[in-house]
Amino acid sequence: MRRVLAAFIGGGLFGAGLIISQMSNPAKVIGFLDLSGQWDPSLAFVMAGAVAVFALGYRFALRRSSPLFDKNFVMPEKVNVDKTLISGSLLFGLGWGLAGLCPGPAIVSSSFGDSRVWMFIVAMLAGMGLIRLIQHRNNG
Amino acid sequence: MTIVNFTPVSALIGGALIGLAATAMWWLLGRIAGVSGILGNAIGARGIDLMWRVAFIAGLLSAGAIATIAFPESVHFTMDVGYAGAVIAGLLVGIGTSLSGGCTSGHGVCGVSRLSTRSLIATGTFMASGFLTVYVARHLL
Repeated sequence: MRRVLAAFIGGGLFGAGLIISQMSNPAKVIGFLDLSGQWDPSLAFVMAGAVAVFALGYRFALRRSSPLFDKNFVMPEKVNVDKTLISGSLLFGLGWGLAGLCPGPAIVSSSFGDSRVWMFIVAMLAGMGLIRLIQHRNNG
Repeated sequence: MTIVNFTPVSALIGGALIGLAATAMWWLLGRIAGVSGILGNAIGARGIDLMWRVAFIAGLLSAGAIATIAFPESVHFTMDVGYAGAVIAGLLVGIGTSLSGGCTSGHGVCGVSRLSTRSLIATGTFMASGFLTVYVARHLL
């Protein structure tokens, strides 16, 4: 139960960070991605702030042999750079640049009431489900 | 190039909060706070594995709801695409992050902090793709 509560608070903090930094506003994200003419560097500062804190927090936590509320640290398994990583990143950047939304900000801003965000999320879930279905079939 | 709408202080504070949230998820649960992975892998998850994922998403939703109700002046939202654009973009984001195994949070924040080669390359690639997409969509089409 404490894991569920911790995840809820983690999500809440994460969402607050996205709102305060205005990353939940697609126009702000597009302002960063639009390099021609007028540029808003804010997104780079959001990344810098987040990386600075997590780079320390990540290493500090690893002094322990296990996380506080669970048995093991779950490290990302994949380490190799392959075509799937590159093609996936290219497709993600394409969608991100079109709408100015990525997964975190989409979920946070779905509370703001714009139904286009809900459509974005439904389509995103469909895309996630589709790839998992294909990968599951290929492995099974 | 001119700099416009730059908000360095709120960007750094908000970014630090995101880093703090990622630290809490790692330190308490031993999980990387990558939103696409937490959401995508909730599909088909069961028991506690499903519950913490849903709780994290509920936290994100609550932050948006609380901001809308309690601090409406803090909520800015402008989106330029219509329904068709939102659906196409959503599909691309869902497919792309599932193939590459992460998004701006999992690769961009957490992976870069860990100096993961995969994440550094993924972040460089989706940033370049995003810059190019905005250039083509806003200045060439």
